[in-house]
Amino acid sequence: MSTTTEAPDTTTAAKPKLKTSAMIASFADPGQKTASAPFGHALVEAAQENDKIVGLTADLGKYTDMHIFAKAFPERFFQMGMAEQLLFGAAAGLAETGLVPFASTYSVFAARRAYDFLCLDAAEPNLNVNIVGGLPGLTTGYGPSHQATEDMAIFRGMPNLTIVDPCDSLDIEQAVPQLAASEGPTYLRLLRGNVPTVLDEYDYTFELGKAKVLRGGNDVVFVSSGLMTMRALQAAKALAAHNVDVAVVHTPTIKPFDAATVLAEINTDRLAVTLENHSVIGGLFETVASAVVTAGLGKRVVPVALPDEFLDAGALPTLHERYGLSVQRIVAKVLAELG
Amino acid sequence: MTLTHNTNTEQAMPTQTVQAQPGQNQADQDRIAKVGDAAYRIRHHALNMGEVQGQGYVGQALGAADMLAVVYADQLRFRAEDPHWEARDRFLLSTGHYAIGHYAALAEAGIVPVEELQTYGSDDSRLPMSGMSTYTPGMEISGGSLGHGLTIAVGMALGLRHQGSDARVYNFLSDGELDEGSTWEAAMGAHHHQLGNLTAMVDINALQADGKTDTVLRTEPITEKWAAAGWYAQRVDGNDVGALLAAFDNAAAQAAAVGRPSVILCDTKVGRGVPLLEDREKAHFMRIEEHEWQTCREQLTAGYEGKASA
Repeated sequence: MSTTTEAPDTTTAAKPKLKTSAMIASFADPGQKTASAPFGHALVEAAQENDKIVGLTADLGKYTDMHIFAKAFPERFFQMGMAEQLLFGAAAGLAETGLVPFASTYSVFAARRAYDFLCLDAAEPNLNVNIVGGLPGLTTGYGPSHQATEDMAIFRGMPNLTIVDPCDSLDIEQAVPQLAASEGPTYLRLLRGNVPTVLDEYDYTFELGKAKVLRGGNDVVFVSSGLMTMRALQAAKALAAHNVDVAVVHTPTIKPFDAATVLAEINTDRLAVTLENHSVIGGLFETVASAVVTAGLGKRVVPVALPDEFLDAGALPTLHERYGLSVQRIVAKVLAELG
Repeated sequence: MTLTHNTNTEQAMPTQTVQAQPGQNQADQDRIAKVGDAAYRIRHHALNMGEVQGQGYVGQALGAADMLAVVYADQLRFRAEDPHWEARDRFLLSTGHYAIGHYAALAEAGIVPVEELQTYGSDDSRLPMSGMSTYTPGMEISGGSLGHGLTIAVGMALGLRHQGSDARVYNFLSDGELDEGSTWEAAMGAHHHQLGNLTAMVDINALQADGKTDTVLRTEPITEKWAAAGWYAQRVDGNDVGALLAAFDNAAAQAAAVGRPSVILCDTKVGRGVPLLEDREKAHFMRIEEHEWQTCREQLTAGYEGKASA
């Protein structure tokens, strides 16, 4: 970092360096392979194939990677201003005329601020409206105004809505054209900026509505979505050093949920753990628990999830450690469970 | 008759009053008569539908009948036999509980069979109490959660223009919906995107669920608000067919793919056309006794025939 614009401060050396609570914090590990703005580039690519695709945003184009699309297709991009109700209503109206809109904002605003518009204007008529929500779960240190820790809990109750929680850049790149091609409304938990590339090391392709077993393991089975699949894979490697053999099942589509694949993995004598970047209320854990109970399985499931609290502001690594999403905390939890 | 309109949107907002002069020639008179006849039949249908349920938003339907008649008998481009015809103009009913009036207008337009109107609000009917696009041919959106219609209209107008269509979008909303912030998000959006293919029509009956509009949440000065938001704003007597036609003609003259959106602010009277109901205490849900429906129809017809012969 350049320091040429900073005033000299002779006391700096004595102070401990503070961690930042930057809005757009990357959760990529140092040196990790990443892709830049995978959503924006994937949308451009999909739009080159499908001239019905249009983009819109509520004054957050630059912060949801929508600016890539806006630059490539200025005549197919509509700025709606800081007006989320208009964003969703207009997206529905565009879809009514046969277009395929992708509408971006932050997940907090998508879920909390304009639910009624997505629900009644897009979901009830089952229109192909694709909502792209930035900063899902705990991916910013700005505190509860920006941390969408309960977005899936809010959205899971909406009929017709498909919910996708991608792990990495590969998931996003492959999901975008499938979301455009699928009928009905969708909600994508966007990972933006420099997004880790993780799943290319596995025999994996994103299929809307499908869970995939990324690796097998005899002692523990992880069922995970979103960026927590990255952590699950890292934790599985770390647990191998403790002679714990961990399987990882990635479930990027939260709704409709691929219960068959997940239950087949859970219905064993392995320790079952769900991992999600979301409140323990109403997200992946409860989706899995519901499937387990519905199938009549008497199986304990251990959640790794955010607590049912408004979370602190701070630096992401600090907060992930504090709230149990870090690899270290996952490993400790599994070892404790195994006794 | 008079109508006021405001063409000066960017700076100060003097409200002009101009005399509309329809009815000067036979063609104008025929046009007014055609719309007036349609409005009479729409009111008659609405009374019949209200009687089936013994309730319903009859007062609002009677008040808005002239607005709906102008749209369906004079303005809207549609094909009755093909409600999804791609080149049709879109009429969006944001005020879902006005469905009773809209169904009556759809019957008048030949999109819904008249005999089907008696199923209004009944189990398995295509005509639910609150209008839904998934139920009824010719119903473009599901209204009812108020303040949605204009946001959808903005998207439709953008989408149609983007695809080179010259179809226009009409959004019907009520003055109560001016309480909703989303209406003003959409008003700004329509101006920003210069949606000259969009016309909003606001039924100002000065009544909402909890009472008179000015006691619930004051929305005046309405004309100036729309003008300040960048719209071509006209305010008319919404129960004066001649004034409505003049206002729609003005709006049509303004219409362009890229231009100012238009709003026609229509002051209407709840229960209009039926003196028994016009004089009744105004309520969101107007109570009508079983024995009164026939009286209502007779009063409506007497007033219509009196006007026609005058």
